[in-house]
Formats: sequence, structure tokens, C-alpha cells
Amino acid sequence: MKDNSRRGFMGKAFGAVAGVGAVASLYAMKRSWDPLPSVKAAGFTTLDMSAYNDNELVTEKWRGKPIFVLKQSKEMLETYDKNISQVTGKSTAEMDKKRLIKIGDDYFAVCVGLCTHLGCIPGYNPEEKGFLCACHGGMYDDTGMVTKSPPPRGLDIPPFKIDGMKLVLGEEGPEYKKMLEDGITLKV
Amino acid sequence: MAHFTKAKSLHDWLNQRLAVDTLRRVLSTEYWIPKNINFLWAMGMVIAVTFGLLLISGIFLLMYYQPNVDLAFDSVNYTIMQEVGYGWLWRHIHGVAASVVFLIIYIHMFTGIYYGSYKNGREMIWISGMLLFVAFSAEAFSGYMLPWGQMSYWAGMVITNLFSMGGLHMDGLVEWIRGDYVPSQAFLNRFFMLHVLLIPLAILGLIGLHFGALRIPHVNNQDGEKIDFKAESKKYLSGDKVHAKVIRFANDFISKDMMVVGIYLVFFFYLVFYHYDFAMDPVNFDPANGLKTPTHIYPEWYFLWSYEILRPFSTNLGLIAFAFAQVIFFLLPFLDRSPNAIPASRRGLFKYWFWAMLIDMIILTAMGKVPPEGLFSAIGFYAALVFIGLWIVLPFITKYEKKFKG
Repeated sequence: MKDNSRRGFMGKAFGAVAGVGAVASLYAMKRSWDPLPSVKAAGFTTLDMSAYNDNELVTEKWRGKPIFVLKQSKEMLETYDKNISQVTGKSTAEMDKKRLIKIGDDYFAVCVGLCTHLGCIPGYNPEEKGFLCACHGGMYDDTGMVTKSPPPRGLDIPPFKIDGMKLVLGEEGPEYKKMLEDGITLKV
Repeated sequence: MAHFTKAKSLHDWLNQRLAVDTLRRVLSTEYWIPKNINFLWAMGMVIAVTFGLLLISGIFLLMYYQPNVDLAFDSVNYTIMQEVGYGWLWRHIHGVAASVVFLIIYIHMFTGIYYGSYKNGREMIWISGMLLFVAFSAEAFSGYMLPWGQMSYWAGMVITNLFSMGGLHMDGLVEWIRGDYVPSQAFLNRFFMLHVLLIPLAILGLIGLHFGALRIPHVNNQDGEKIDFKAESKKYLSGDKVHAKVIRFANDFISKDMMVVGIYLVFFFYLVFYHYDFAMDPVNFDPANGLKTPTHIYPEWYFLWSYEILRPFSTNLGLIAFAFAQVIFFLLPFLDRSPNAIPASRRGLFKYWFWAMLIDMIILTAMGKVPPEGLFSAIGFYAALVFIGLWIVLPFITKYEKKFKG
């Protein structure tokens, strides 16, 4: 009996030491799988917004991800106004080009060029003014709003800060924070 | 302390220290196999031999492969294919075996389903086998990353994105798995580690479990006969080999097993030498490019059926259907409510269930390969519904199955 309780104690003592060790090593293993600080720190991209042409998709790169930059032509802005009031039921003035970024007098669609379904890169068709994802057939309009499932939401907008005619990706400016608040995009 | 005597021979010396005679008896000469089986019972050995080929060819590939995003593509497509003597042989054996092993695994699985070899004490064989299927799938996926071609990169992107769990947006988890925002050096390195060490270790352990799970219930037979292995083996050992319903694992059964393996190897090396291209996607001969998705992304053929279950639904529903497809086979021994462990042909409605499931999975596989448009999209959608529906009706049709008296 005495032996038993002594063995029981030894078993529990070992269990406690092993438990602490197991938790500690699991934490160390988890941390070893984390992205490296150098990976985390890299990643501000500055774009000169005066260099883009109407309805011509340019793919930039930010944190290894493709970033679509599409300068909106006059015609595209008019269709956008029509569509947004149809989709939301709100007046054009109220919704005022929320997905677009205004720099100078121009409007730009700037989105992460990865399908929100499973991350393929959609292709742009300048005639039809829409994106098509070849992987599972998802479609977006020229502002990155989703028009055919399976994508659950429009193309995500990367964090940005407007700096004159320049756009800094990776920094969160007031315009971006407003988009987050309004639920226009998710944080990426 | 055990009593040791001066050894009369090397065999005796080993026997006193390792009990080699007892081991041999338990594991082979008195491990009894029924006589009434057919060539489908050799598929386990065919898989084991294919795994051996993967291991040996993998060792030679490992000597020249470079797990580095700048070097990986050339180390495979230039160094191994052009410079290393017979490097092409190891690569083609590795690629063909990775594809063919899944064909044999599916035959092995459907053999088990057809003959009811997953119940009445054989549940652990089925479950350990399904764990092996998962481990082989992970091994195949991680290996597919290594040449760092376009399909490697984009399959890696799409599959790791599944871990964001759709509407839950667990992007942090996806980045944690990758070690970066997108598949990159950290990603390639960790999948290299998984492919050459961690998953193969798990597979070896699981193979041990799978074989161990087989030892006590023994293998099933093609007539659903309940064999008294004790009585039949006694008959065999007393010399009545004609009337005994069992034979020894070695050398009796293994000789027939290896006959099938021999025929398989002729077919296998025919593929390696003349038709290896079926296992080599042309798109993967373009180096990985994170800024350009291939126009049509599809997995290797053996994942197409579950991919097609994911595809026709919206994100969340698709992920739920996909998760369902991944785990549901594990539950087969418990969803089949009938105690009959006999061939499906003698099991009433289950006969139709078996063939419907097999054909539905072939349709899903075919639809997963074609672009998701129009008619194909619709066929895939209904085939996915049929797959889910079949699993839902399984407990009901098997519950009312007549008990087989044999």
C-alpha cells in the first residue's frame, strides 16, 4: 500500500514534468513554423498612380501577391454608378464609388489579384470589362465586385495610404480604414 | 536471468537471443491464410512493393534535389534528368509509382468494401488502412510541391487556402502553414521536410499497425465463410493439407502473392519506360510563377473525385461537402449496420449501393478533369449529391438487410 502510493506519487510527478515539457515544446514547435520576422517586415510597395492608362490592367506585386491596378474610364464609372445602386438599392450619391480609390481626379480599382474562393488569379477581359477565374468559374466586374459565385465576396483591397499622386501598399491610411469600417473589404 | 547454453550453430545462437523461430512461426509459417481467395487479395503486397520502389527511387532523387525556390526546378529538370546517370529512371519510377499506387489503393479499398472485410473484428484493419490513405495523400501532395513548377505552386496555393475554412477567414492559419504570405522558400522547405521525413515515418508506423491489425482477425475470404482458423490449421499441421481450408502465409501464400506482384511489375515498368508521361503534367514543366495562374488547375487524377465534390458548391458548402468526403470512408464499418461480411453480390440492396458508389466516383473523377462549364458542371453537381446521398442511405438499407445464414 505504502509502495503503491509512493509509485502513484512518482507517476504523477513525472506526469507533471512531462506535461510542462510537452506544452513548452509544442509552443516552441508552433513558433518555429511561424513566418520569419524578415518575411513579416518586408512588404511596402509604392505605386506611382500617374503612370496608368484607362481600362488597362496592370499587375503589381505586394508581399508576393499580385495586385491588380485598373484605372477606371469615364464609361466604366457610369456603369459602376448604375450597378451599385441596383445591387445595394441605395442612391448613387450615398454609395459614391466606395470600392474605388480616388487619386487626383481619377478613380482606381486596386485589389489583391487572388480569387476570394481559393486564391487563383482571375484574368481580365477589357472588352467585357470583367474578371473571370478559370479555376472554378467565378466572375468579378471591373471594380472587383463579385458577379458570379463561387467567390464569397469581391476581390480584397490591400491596406493602402494615399500620398499625393502615390499609393503606399502595406500602410493603413484613413481611406482604407473607412473601407474596413464600411465592410467593403476584409483585412488582408 | 535467462539460461543460455553454448550455441550449436549461428541459427541456435540467434534463436537463444532473439527467438527467431517463434517469430517466424507467428509471423509467417503459422500465420494462416484461407484458400478461397483470389488475385485481389494480393493488392496489399502490390502496394507494399510499390512503396518500396518509391522509397528506393526517392533515396536517389534526394541525393541531387535542391529544396530551394531558385534551384529546385533545375535540379529536377536539368540535373536529375540530364546529368545524373540514370537519374531519369529514378524520377520516372517515382512519378509513375506515386500515381499507380493510388490506383492499387483504390482497388484494395473497393475489394474490402465489396467483400465486407471491414467489420466483425476487422474494423481496425479498415481504420488503419484509411489512415494510410490519408498519409499517402499528404505524401503525394507534399511531393508534388517539390519540382516547383506551375502546377506545384498553384496546387500549393489552392490546397493551403482550404485551411482558411471559407467563411471563417482563418488567413493567419494559412500564413502559418506556409511560413509566408504566399508559397515561397519557407513553404518549399517545410514541405520537403514533410515529404522526406515526417510523413514517411508516419507511413512506416501505420503499415506496422495495418499488418498488426490483420494478424488476429485474419484476412477475409471471397465466400464470406466463417473459418475456424484453429481447427483448420490443426488439420493442416497434421498433414491433411487437402481438406484444410487454410494455407501457411509463407511459403504457400506468399508464392502466389509474388506471382501477382511479378505480373504487376511487368506492367509497371512498361509504364515507366514507355508511358511515364501520364504521370507528368506538362504544365509543371513551366517554372513556378506567383503572378500567373495556369488557365486550368486540376489535381492529379486520384484527387479528382473529392475535388469535384468541392467544386460545384459555394465556398462554405463546398468545404463542408469536401470535409464530408474526406472523413466519411472512415465511418464505413459503423454506417454499414448489417452483420453480413459476405460478397456484395449476395447482400440485397448493398449490391446496388456498391456499384452505384463505384460508378459515381468514376463520374466524379471524369468531371473533375474537365473545365467547370455547362453540362459538365451540372453532371458534377448531381454526382456530388449522389455521393452524399449514398452515404446517408447506407445505414438504412443495411439495417434491413436479411441476415445471411452460412
